Amino acid sequence: MKAKPTAAQDRDEALFRPIYETGTGFYVAFGILGIIFLWALYMYVTQVWFGLGLTGMNQPVTWGFYIVNFVFFIGISHAGTLISAILRLSKAEWRRPITRMAEVITAIVLAIGGLHPILDLGRPDRMLNLFTAGRLQSPLLWDVTSITAYFTASTVYLYLPMIPDIARIRDRGGKLTWLYSIMAWGWTGTEHQQRVLNRAINILMIMVIPIAISVHTVISYIFSMTLQPGWHSTIFGPYFVVGAIFSGIAALMIVMIAFRRAYHLEEYLKEIHFRYLSTLLLIMSIIWFYFTFSEYLTGVFGAEPHEMHIIMYKFTGPFAFYFWGMVLCNFVLPLIILSFRRLRTIKGMFIASVAVVIGMWLERLIIVVPSLANPRLDLPAGIYVPTILEWALFAGGISAFVMGFMLFSKFFPLISIWEIEEGRTHGLKEVEERIHSYLPGRGATSS
Amino acid sequence: MPKWAMVIDLDKCTGCGACSVACKMENNIPIVDPEEARNGRAMVWMDMMTTVEGDYPNTHVKRVPKPCFHCDDPPCTLVCPVGATYRNPEGLVAQIYHRCIGCRYCMAACPFTAKSFNWYDPKWIEGASDVGNPDVSRRMVGVVEKCSFCSHRLQKVKENADIEDRQIRDGEYVPACLESCPADAIVFGDIENRDSDVSRLSRSYRVYRYGEDLGVKPKVYYLARRTGS
Repeated sequence: MKAKPTAAQDRDEALFRPIYETGTGFYVAFGILGIIFLWALYMYVTQVWFGLGLTGMNQPVTWGFYIVNFVFFIGISHAGTLISAILRLSKAEWRRPITRMAEVITAIVLAIGGLHPILDLGRPDRMLNLFTAGRLQSPLLWDVTSITAYFTASTVYLYLPMIPDIARIRDRGGKLTWLYSIMAWGWTGTEHQQRVLNRAINILMIMVIPIAISVHTVISYIFSMTLQPGWHSTIFGPYFVVGAIFSGIAALMIVMIAFRRAYHLEEYLKEIHFRYLSTLLLIMSIIWFYFTFSEYLTGVFGAEPHEMHIIMYKFTGPFAFYFWGMVLCNFVLPLIILSFRRLRTIKGMFIASVAVVIGMWLERLIIVVPSLANPRLDLPAGIYVPTILEWALFAGGISAFVMGFMLFSKFFPLISIWEIEEGRTHGLKEVEERIHSYLPGRGATSS
Repeated sequence: MPKWAMVIDLDKCTGCGACSVACKMENNIPIVDPEEARNGRAMVWMDMMTTVEGDYPNTHVKRVPKPCFHCDDPPCTLVCPVGATYRNPEGLVAQIYHRCIGCRYCMAACPFTAKSFNWYDPKWIEGASDVGNPDVSRRMVGVVEKCSFCSHRLQKVKENADIEDRQIRDGEYVPACLESCPADAIVFGDIENRDSDVSRLSRSYRVYRYGEDLGVKPKVYYLARRTGS
């Protein structure tokens, strides 16, 4: 024990509490999730043993849940780093309690989503062929490259702003002091250290934005670079990025609401934070609708037969339920809930966020499957029914995410303590000065 | 360098499916359980595209044999992350089974659904597991395969031609489907050689190709049915 907790630290005691105190609820939840995860692991072993025949994929539907979930999870991962970087960049003061959670989501979900193409491989044992015989002309290789870059950047971007907080935990002593003192990198909070840290965060935050956008653009390229109707579309890059940010914000709100409740963080995650985030969600919902509308209107107006066949398959055919369900979840519900102040309660926002996450998953499904199910030539249309194996791996992926998040919360504070403190000590003054500098008169008081 | 191409005369084709069977035997293509086959796991390199045209009672069943089209600009080889499918200098689109990682991107990218995947460990008919064609390597679980234009036969023909120090004669290198066709509906050869049957037929007024509008330049030409049949 180096120093006693200072007054400021006592003030944020609630944020340290989950690290030192663990209730039975945590163990029960973690145990259930762990069982689901082990079940998924077992199912995956059977798949590797017997072959992909155990899944519902077939010919012509050669891609199924794994690719859908891959796109979906990577989309969720845009919650974090991108949102946190944009909020930091735009000096939004309300970001302070949000950024950490957002970045954690990115790191965990990206690791899970990035593994999904490997689940999909017929020969995972030959994965390393990508390095010995990789062809950079293949969009799949672009993906490997950009996801690795994003993962590296976003974990560093998560870790750097955590250093002052880790040092705080180290100074409090208690459990795992050796680990925290390694991870704190000798942080003592001198002025020099602070300047270096701020600079590093600033550089990373600018770097991370283009990388994040490239990731989802490149994922859309997997589809749009082929000649298949329904996929071969120039709008796919931005369309996927918008969808990713959209589902990311929704996932962030779900996580925030859940952990606010579990760890009693109402003091920190106030309604105003959710209201700002829900405004963002509403804007993204409208942008998403705009993109979807443009995409389908172009297809319908041109009415190229193959393209039209796929579109009708989605509008009125076997995928009509999913398609209109997607429109309901992604546009109608959020629009209604988030536009009216009366419905815009925490509960309402929670419902809207869950709807958006489901809707975005449906969107990935109706992008991947219908184009494959309807071959160009006069061949019978394919049917895709996922098996228990694919559902198991889906459930396993989600439980791995929740488990990862729960574990993280037991070792590190979910809300950036030093940034909250900085908000109290510097933020207030800085904002006042900034506003003065916007106004006429008084000249240039601040830089 | 010769460029191998195929012409299928739909006027002669009776839709019997002998080409499909011969292909299966020639290339050691695994047999799939009937139940699995119904779920879309059937493995055929020479597929029979079957459609029913017209309304009852004036219906007409149309059967079109469909091998891999061996495009000159193949969309499948473009997307392969490891180069396990590629177009060789003679224009054959080939598969390297031992390099394939089984991502099935080539299957998703093929506009003609020409490729098959080994969903399970391959199975053969009882007793037939050791009498397959020794010239064709067997595939393993988890890789993509497709029609090779019987390229193993080309190897043999090339060796013979080399020994006798001459060019490959027209009609010397033919795939198994052609040999088994009772109606002589399939013609195969070097399309660059203007005297070959394939080249002559590919200039017929009846010729069409699937996916010509995609710019992938398929090398399987179809001769349309004459009207009135």
